[in-house]
Amino acid sequence: MHYYNEEDLDRFGDIAKYKPELFEKFLAWYQACQEEGALSKREKALIGLAVAVTVQCPYCIEAFTNSSLENGSNMEQMTEAMHLASAIRGGASLIHGIQSHNAHDKVSM
Amino acid sequence: MTAIAQIQITRRDGKTAFPSSPVSFEEKLTENNLDLCSTDVEILQVNVGKLCNQACKHCHVDASPTRTEIMRRETVEACLEVLRKFQIPTLDITGGAPELIPDFRYFVTEARKTGAKIMVRHNLTVMFEEGFKDLPEFFAENEVEVVCSLPYFLETQTDAQRGTGVFEKSVEALKKLNAVGYGIDESLVLNLVYNPVGAFLPPEQTAIEADFRRELKNRYDIVFNNLYTITNMPIARYLDWLRRSKNEESYMQKLVNAFNPATVSGLMCRNTLSVDWTGRLFDCDFNQMLELGITEELPQTIRDFSPEKFVNRQIKTAAHCFGCTAGSGSSCGGTVAV
Repeated sequence: MHYYNEEDLDRFGDIAKYKPELFEKFLAWYQACQEEGALSKREKALIGLAVAVTVQCPYCIEAFTNSSLENGSNMEQMTEAMHLASAIRGGASLIHGIQSHNAHDKVSM
Repeated sequence: MTAIAQIQITRRDGKTAFPSSPVSFEEKLTENNLDLCSTDVEILQVNVGKLCNQACKHCHVDASPTRTEIMRRETVEACLEVLRKFQIPTLDITGGAPELIPDFRYFVTEARKTGAKIMVRHNLTVMFEEGFKDLPEFFAENEVEVVCSLPYFLETQTDAQRGTGVFEKSVEALKKLNAVGYGIDESLVLNLVYNPVGAFLPPEQTAIEADFRRELKNRYDIVFNNLYTITNMPIARYLDWLRRSKNEESYMQKLVNAFNPATVSGLMCRNTLSVDWTGRLFDCDFNQMLELGITEELPQTIRDFSPEKFVNRQIKTAAHCFGCTAGSGSSCGGTVAV
């Protein structure tokens, strides 16, 4: 028994069932964000992959892995993007260590 | 369109040679009010055989060093006769590795006398086989447009698809082609072919062409004219791989989802006539591999060809045709719709 089912990715549209107008707005926004703009589609796919890994969404990871490949990226480039996102996430945790330092300093002689 | 449900050729494992699709290609055309008929024959694409020095994982020909099917002189002559008689503008020679047939150079030099533009689909590594070192010079002397397979600008991906050591040899071969003027002189056109190393669609052609141009120049000082993106066709060895890797269903769904009606008018089957190593005629090289012959009302071999009979013929289709209509489309000359 597991909570994530691969086929659910294709059922994303079912979310519209109880609130179609909100899903339509989301979809339009989501799709517009991925169009070529000041950033290329390839750059956007790599950002999407990095974020997907960071938020640990298995559906997004699969989707943006394919999207990155279909925009010409290779695993070396994709891995660099994933490392950067993970490093930022690690750094974001680590900087909270300063809170600990501060708490320590406050109560210590 | 002509239904082909009755055709049941199989792979070595006994499974059908056609991919399974959630919807038929015919239905998709009908749904979009499209019909698929040919125009004038502008390109004679001659597949001179299945013999190749490589055995790539995605090969739609199942070509390899062990294949023995190659075109004989009599069939080469029949193709030349058609070029001479009907002034077909372009001859596109493919295989296998077409250079490996004994009459390859004869075919090229004689075809050139007809005034046809000559393209050869060249795998780069055949240049390093015994007796083929002068291929760059031969191509240049005959102003052959060379179309080279190079699925990626990195070794890992290229070797994963085409075999260990292929990338290194390919780079050396491209340098040799550059050295005789290919990609540099106006009359010596060097085009590359990208195809995905896996079960995904190709990137946007101009974007990946720019990546190839930058990376090949910076890493190896290699130049070329154009890069064509080609979608992997879900037949033959590539279909076997899709099945082994459990990607057949998802890949076909991807192709169907990406069906682009705007590609249909530019499909290569409309202006190309495909000839196999025996002289039999087909709408395209893919149909040839599936033994999906030209519509039965027409002459079946190159020996009986006359251009007026082949205009406006119904193209034979099946599920594999979704490979040419996905996204920006796919043909031997790259994308077909912007």
